[in-house]
Amino acid sequence: MNSSQLFGITTLCYLLSAIFYVALLVFKNKKVGTIGLGFAIIGVVIQTVAIGLRWQESYQMGIGHAPLTNMYESLVFFAWCTTLFYIFMEFKFKARVVGAFVMPFAVAAMAYASFAKRISQQINPLIPALQSNWLLAHVITCFIGYGAFAVAGGLGLMYLLKKSGIKKGKHQDSFTGSLPELKVIDDLTHKTIIFGFMWLSAGIITGAVWANEAWGTYWSWDPKETWSIITWFIYASTLHARFTRGWSGSRIAWLAILGFISVFFTYFGVNFLLSGLHSYGAS
Amino acid sequence: MTTRKKNPIWAFFASVKLALFLLFILAATSIIGTVIQQNQPAAQYVKEYGEKTAHLFQTLELTDMYNSWWFLSLLGIFSLNLIVCSLERIPNVIRLVRKDNLTIKPERLAKMRIRKTLTLPLPLEQSVQRVADYLHGKGWKTTERQKDDGILLFAQRGAWTRFGVYIVHLSILVILIGAVIGSPTFARKVLHNEKFAFKGSIMIPESQETNFIYSFTNGKKIDLGFTVHCSYFTIDYYANGMPKTYLSKVTILENGKPVPLKDGSTVHDLKVNKPLTYKGITFYQSSYQPYSDFLTVLVNTKTHEKQSRIIAGGKQIKSKMQPISFGIINQEVRGEAVQRVKIWFSDDQADPAIFWVNNGQKAIIKRPAGEYELTVKQLYATGLQVTKDPGVWFVYIGCGMMLLGLFVAFFMSHRKIYAFIREEAGQTTLIFAGSAHKNKVGFEKVFSKLIDEFQKQMV
Ligand code: HEM
Repeated sequence: MNSSQLFGITTLCYLLSAIFYVALLVFKNKKVGTIGLGFAIIGVVIQTVAIGLRWQESYQMGIGHAPLTNMYESLVFFAWCTTLFYIFMEFKFKARVVGAFVMPFAVAAMAYASFAKRISQQINPLIPALQSNWLLAHVITCFIGYGAFAVAGGLGLMYLLKKSGIKKGKHQDSFTGSLPELKVIDDLTHKTIIFGFMWLSAGIITGAVWANEAWGTYWSWDPKETWSIITWFIYASTLHARFTRGWSGSRIAWLAILGFISVFFTYFGVNFLLSGLHSYGAS
Repeated sequence: MTTRKKNPIWAFFASVKLALFLLFILAATSIIGTVIQQNQPAAQYVKEYGEKTAHLFQTLELTDMYNSWWFLSLLGIFSLNLIVCSLERIPNVIRLVRKDNLTIKPERLAKMRIRKTLTLPLPLEQSVQRVADYLHGKGWKTTERQKDDGILLFAQRGAWTRFGVYIVHLSILVILIGAVIGSPTFARKVLHNEKFAFKGSIMIPESQETNFIYSFTNGKKIDLGFTVHCSYFTIDYYANGMPKTYLSKVTILENGKPVPLKDGSTVHDLKVNKPLTYKGITFYQSSYQPYSDFLTVLVNTKTHEKQSRIIAGGKQIKSKMQPISFGIINQEVRGEAVQRVKIWFSDDQADPAIFWVNNGQKAIIKRPAGEYELTVKQLYATGLQVTKDPGVWFVYIGCGMMLLGLFVAFFMSHRKIYAFIREEAGQTTLIFAGSAHKNKVGFEKVFSKLIDEFQKQMV
């Protein structure tokens, strides 16, 4: 067994988990949801082993470093954080169907990492600029934040679906009936955004400290940095709109989705869409 | 307060609506600079966007937008908003924190959302004592006051956490102040002292030294006030050809004398991610430049006589160590990097020695008249980025404050517990009530557990 086989199994587990969660949404059978949770847990355990194994493999190649240094590894880590955060949330808040809106993100990240042509799965040695302990601190803090924001985005989507379901009068019989109460979703969205905001702030700060260690400028407005601050502004406005102007419900749900789009763009868009303009495209 | 509130300018800057608007505008305008490449030569924009659009860009300063007057003004208004908005609310927070909570009417407790009523078969005084001791043991220090028909106890925790938000807001200002203090533009235009804060770079060829650098902002020389000498530069590669390490060995000289730094040595290894700071000026390994010349070191192993020289390829030189002469007659190059050199070496006795040796590797040459070591290394210049940023500590302290403040604002709260104790027919009735300014659900659990445990202890 090597790490990439294990990552393959992980992807499969997440896919099954997502399918069962969606089935829970449709059939409202509690057992189906338990199976979904089971696959998510098995997936995350296997993935943890796989990440450890990949780490070890890099040592066997004589270039040992934590597996958090390129697009492939960060996607895998993103899926891991998202799933772990979701499982934690399910145990803490018992909102099971949320999985139908979150696990697809984990599947998408794993599948994209494994199948996209532009993403190399090779373990490469670290170029001098990446040889820093700040790399670890930076990637871990950012991706915990991204994982939380993915969950918040999923919750936002769920809120809007449920709300439009209620409007159309399909209350109890359709799948919207199986979703948690609007108030519960709203509260979870807010808590998740708060958690994510804390980590995003830490991610931006560790990035700035690292940049200052590496080339003497903690902030240079490069597109990646700029997009991370844009994302930060969006969530800061969301939080302020909520506790100073009393926004809640649909408006916060839309902002949670907008925020996640911004996270997504910070993470991918900058590398791939703006790469025509900027030399530091690939990573 | 009232007069202030009437002042429309103050009211404008105290508004949270303005804050939301500014956050939105800052986010939206920041996008521009990620789509239009920043700080390119003017001709580049004309080529890419055409004459007219390029002109528009220049007028609106979109080609250096994060330093443009309008973006900096936005940040200025944002700061003002933050200051005024916080000042407006802090007196209120202080009032809340200092408030005398014992003035509350006992009837109010019965209406609070988090509450619980018990009875104890004890006289009033003992009951009060029990409650006070119990709460104190759990970390809730009580104060008490006689009311009309009973005694009110009060305890609170985390009152100060109400300031968490303001720590966050202050942290943003501290970071911005740090950014201004460390800004080369501020040093040049406001302080008229370029040496206060600068960013620049310098190329130092091996075996050479410098006492100035070139500023990034205007290309002018900036005097360092001391000398930096580079004795050596090298690049290590991984087996697959990727660069592994860029390393310069540098020495700081004051009045021509090497200065030992923290680790006690005078020669410092400068690497990417391992800068060197001296007198507030920090040197970063940032680039390099290979030359066609060579750095040579010749040592006579018997006499330990040593001689270093820079020579060009294809040239033969006479060494000061008579009667030796040597030269590089061929070289093997990959890219710009010399891999091997072919040396011609003569000491006028017997035939000259001709051999290949790897770049930078020591060659031992045995001659009838003696033994020599010769090292020939392609000459490199190391490219150092040099910055002086006296504001960076403000920025770091601000960052720390922000994380601390966010934690306090998000995850801690001001919690209060009241207990009103009244005697009735030989028994006492206890009304407990509590409140938290945040995470009310969490506090409700803590409250229930606290009171349940008290109840158990009493039976
Ligand atoms: C991007 C910058 C900003 C950040 C990160 C930030 C952060 C925060 C945080 C963490 C809170 C506390 C949230 C809570 O109570 O749960 C807060 C509250 C608040 N902020 Fe900001 N803030 C920012 C900008 C501003 C600005 C410019 C204003 C100016 C008007 C402002 C006004 C307020 C007000 C009025 C509150 C509510 C305080 C209260 O509880 O009464 N914020 N902010």
